[in-house]
Amino acid sequence: MSCVERPDDFASRRTRLTAMSDEELRAHFWTLVEKIVEPLINEARTHTTPSIERSVLLRMGFSSLEAKALVGQIHERQLLGHGAGRLVLELAKSKGIPVRDAGVALLGGFYWEEIGR
Amino acid sequence: MKLLPDQKLDVREILKDLDHYRPRRKGWTWRTKIEDHQVGPFVFKDISENLERSVPLPSAHDFGNIDPQCDFVITTEIASGRFEDDLRRMRMAAWHGADHIMVIRTTGQSHIDGLIEGTPEGVGGIPIARKQIRATRKALDAIEDEVGRPINFHSYVSGVAGPEIAVLFAEEGMNGAHQDPQYNVLYRGINMHRSFVDAAEAKRIMADAGILQLDGAHNANATAKEAWKVTPELFVQHAINTAYSRAAGMPAELIALSTVPPTAPPAPKLRLDLPYAVALRELFRGYKFRAQQNTRYIEADMMEATVTHVLDTLISRLTSADIQSTITPDEGRNIPWHYNNVAGVNTARQTLMGLDGIIELLDLKHEGWLREQARELTERAVLFLEEIAAGGGYYAAVAAGQFVDSGYFPERKGDGIVRDPDGGDGAGTVIPRAADYGAPVCSHFGDNLYTRRAGKPCDDYGGCTLCDPSKIQYIDELDVADNVEQRLQIPLAERAAGVLRPEVEKHGDGVVCVTLFVPASPRVAEAAALQMAKHMRLKEPVVISRRLMHPAEGSLFEIKGVLDVAIRIEDLLVPVPEEPLGEAEIEAWVRPRQIHVVAATVGEDEHSVGLHEILDIKHGGIEKYGFRCHDLGTSVPIQRLLDVAHETGARAVLISTIVTHAHVHEEHMRRLHALAQQRGVRQRLALVAGGTQVTNDLARACGMDAGFGRGTTGRDVASFLVRTLRAQESD
Repeated sequence: MSCVERPDDFASRRTRLTAMSDEELRAHFWTLVEKIVEPLINEARTHTTPSIERSVLLRMGFSSLEAKALVGQIHERQLLGHGAGRLVLELAKSKGIPVRDAGVALLGGFYWEEIGR
Repeated sequence: MKLLPDQKLDVREILKDLDHYRPRRKGWTWRTKIEDHQVGPFVFKDISENLERSVPLPSAHDFGNIDPQCDFVITTEIASGRFEDDLRRMRMAAWHGADHIMVIRTTGQSHIDGLIEGTPEGVGGIPIARKQIRATRKALDAIEDEVGRPINFHSYVSGVAGPEIAVLFAEEGMNGAHQDPQYNVLYRGINMHRSFVDAAEAKRIMADAGILQLDGAHNANATAKEAWKVTPELFVQHAINTAYSRAAGMPAELIALSTVPPTAPPAPKLRLDLPYAVALRELFRGYKFRAQQNTRYIEADMMEATVTHVLDTLISRLTSADIQSTITPDEGRNIPWHYNNVAGVNTARQTLMGLDGIIELLDLKHEGWLREQARELTERAVLFLEEIAAGGGYYAAVAAGQFVDSGYFPERKGDGIVRDPDGGDGAGTVIPRAADYGAPVCSHFGDNLYTRRAGKPCDDYGGCTLCDPSKIQYIDELDVADNVEQRLQIPLAERAAGVLRPEVEKHGDGVVCVTLFVPASPRVAEAAALQMAKHMRLKEPVVISRRLMHPAEGSLFEIKGVLDVAIRIEDLLVPVPEEPLGEAEIEAWVRPRQIHVVAATVGEDEHSVGLHEILDIKHGGIEKYGFRCHDLGTSVPIQRLLDVAHETGARAVLISTIVTHAHVHEEHMRRLHALAQQRGVRQRLALVAGGTQVTNDLARACGMDAGFGRGTTGRDVASFLVRTLRAQESD
């Protein structure tokens, strides 16, 4: 890992790179980058955040104020891992009501015992 | 909504019916390059379509008022804090060739966990909110119709609310945005896991909406102690964001690298910056390049900043760029003033037109310093990546302070930015997705129950807002005191009352800037300059630029202050220029009369161009109407003009006087008048003077019948002569 201080030892470090053509060096550069990025993108694929969940509710037709309040309450109940949008949609389907009505009902304190089970 | 060039932007009209406004298009628009395009007398190589309306460069009047438009998109960054004032700035910038309007966000928005609504005032930028975006996009729609070219609107998808802002931008037709999780991590102190997880969602949303992404690597230029040494790391930062964006589903054509030439004179700029620019474009071929002018070294001197920006733009043209981003030359001394946005745009426009076709003239060398340096930079970047990979990956590298160290990698100075992977704003908010995780919306990244089946994820409820925008929830205002309606009361009342104040940033701010040279040692001179500004009735005078001319002989100061003066338009005496007569009318009167005119440049003055413009038929001069012109040449004595006027029976004498030392031009005019009186021919002769420092008022005060300054045409002079001589005849 990175040293606190280190002189410029480029001349010795580069020796194993000098045999590469420009194109080989370029390919090596991108291979390294993809290796570094892979765990980052995997974390994104398998995790979510309050902002992602609010952005889902926005897309489902909730206002920013509603989305913030809903995600806050779902997060408090440790249900965000199921997806805020999924919880609201499945509630709407089980009750036979529009998704907006389902979200507004949750904000009114209703149906919490029925979601995320 | 339609704008008329002679009418101001009506903010009330823009604010009307915003709840029903929808953007007319989504996605980014490039200029269309036209090969070998003729504009006026010239064939251009690196050019796009003309504008329908614009303000050409000042010198254009010598080239038929052409306003050729380069093939790069030109950016201006706008940040007054009040979007309603920014709209006028955008309109002015568009008339000068800007087609990428980047709106800076208010200080602190990165740390707001959610969206802002309404139109609160910002600091150093505006709070990005749905209403502000809608209003701005609606104004830009009208502005792009006025100038005749699409305008790209741009802001930032960063902070702890990136995915929500990305949705907002996709819904509202934003065309471009900065998105780079590394910026959150390094400069905003936001938790790195949160930043990267949010970024993948934001990038996916942006990609589907066709929003062009700019990265944030250029910020290392601005923060590193020695910016030219951070160049290997810049490749790394560009690469991490680029590869991450690709993995999140963004196509190459929507990924633009934000790159800044890292040095400025007196550093040997091109020798350092050009190999870097070349290596970057080779490593990242297939991606777009947003070349930004350098801000790192801007001091208070706007001329110095402008020269650096010209050199930056030269590097863009010598390598490549898709967007030339401009920096206002006053950024080193204040929040940019609106007319300096125009100045920055013009620096790029003027430079790029001057460099048109340069690649046909020059070739960058394929061996020697340029190639060696480009290779070395790439190797240093590869070593940087190898160290990250060997040391446990990106998060570990940031934790170890590997980024923005001032050493020239692999050299390390130990002063890099250190962040804790488990710390920062938003730490602990990244949650594993359960096996039944679902997000029933489009443009969602990652594991999702609703993408494991046929159809769209939002089919169950009739479509998300990206499919059905009528579902977007519009909030108008949340704060009854801090909103655009409140801020507009004074400006609209003043406009209705016909009151004018000077301004540089916001309506009626009263700020003016005066330039003073004071012939004394620096500290004495500065104290004196401030006193002088107070004598000019400037309130709160502040020195914003000081340039030493000589330690003893004096310094030059620019001082800003508030001129608290309101001018009523109704009290003004605004001179109405007389319309010139029609071409046919002039000729019909002149030609049958065979009118002789005597003309010369007088005094010890060899300037002949101005007079030729007025006389010669080939320059559209008065000869074409049938005037018989006797051009006596340059450095002609006054009495000789009157001698020839007598010999030819001339009805008018035209003198050109360019040299103005010791008011010699006024002396020539007075002598012509006096001599004509002495000879008893003053009544019969129309006496006309012209020159760059001549005005009609000045000439008449010196005894002439008329005076003509810069920009005069033969038709203007011919109209005057016909009117004067016609009046003489009718008397």
